[in-house]
Amino acid sequence: MRVGVVTFPGSLDDRDAARAVRVAGGEAVPLWHADPSLHDVDAVILPGGFSYGDYLRCGAIARFAPVMDSIVLAAHDGLPVLGICNGFQVLCEAHLLPGALIRNDSRRFVCRDQLLAVENTGTRWTAHYRQGQEILIPIKNGEGGYVADKRTLDELEASGRVVVRYAGGNPNGSYRDIAGISNEAGNVVGLMPHPEHAVEALTGPGTDGLGFFASLLGVAA
Amino acid sequence: MARVVVDVVLKPEILDPQGQAIVGALGRLGIHGVHDVRQGKHFELDVDDAVDDATVARLADTLLANPVIENFSIRRA
Repeated sequence: MRVGVVTFPGSLDDRDAARAVRVAGGEAVPLWHADPSLHDVDAVILPGGFSYGDYLRCGAIARFAPVMDSIVLAAHDGLPVLGICNGFQVLCEAHLLPGALIRNDSRRFVCRDQLLAVENTGTRWTAHYRQGQEILIPIKNGEGGYVADKRTLDELEASGRVVVRYAGGNPNGSYRDIAGISNEAGNVVGLMPHPEHAVEALTGPGTDGLGFFASLLGVAA
Repeated sequence: MARVVVDVVLKPEILDPQGQAIVGALGRLGIHGVHDVRQGKHFELDVDDAVDDATVARLADTLLANPVIENFSIRRA
């Protein structure tokens, strides 16, 4: 399976995301922000970082990159899309996911290993986890507070679209401890923590993040 | 050419940690009596006269502000 990883100016974790795809057994295909072609990929990852220097708002400029027009159209047709950290912010700015991410309530950049509870295993990116499974993966953000109005939050909860929730403490003030959500169809998922940093024991707290990529590829994690 | 000013502020119900940090710094500066600060963004646009209000509203609503968390106001200077 060919998995595209987008590089925007200021992306940081595109190489790690591509590596995670390869570790899980997929083929990582680099996609460039200024190139509208998706090069026949079967899925897309929007990686972490500081696209366009986080100017204006995190993800606000990246949303208008040529590659994003193609991704938005393809996502509506069912293309699996995973947004990690800055990628999650881009997905919210592009209205592929509801809500927004604001500065951490602690006013501090948070960088630590974070416990998450997987609450929806019905998405293209989480099928390999057990419902309620707790996983440990790194989080690193300054603007990771998930906010949305009450109606949107209630709708997300009622339809099971809260994919992962912070466990063992909320690191950034996210409403209802929400760490990641999906769209209605379950093909688009965004989360602030970084599963791509937890795919090999050598460089992460464990391999709990591998399940996101293995789920997509349909292989054992 | 015309000058258009767009001001963007977080909605009242959205927490503003930067504003809170400023309130804290004012106390350390020895200034008391400031209870709340809301930080926003101020944009000055030089536009052709042909750019109408609807167009400015659209660019403010789609790019300068995120209506999920922010309100904006427009005035011609």
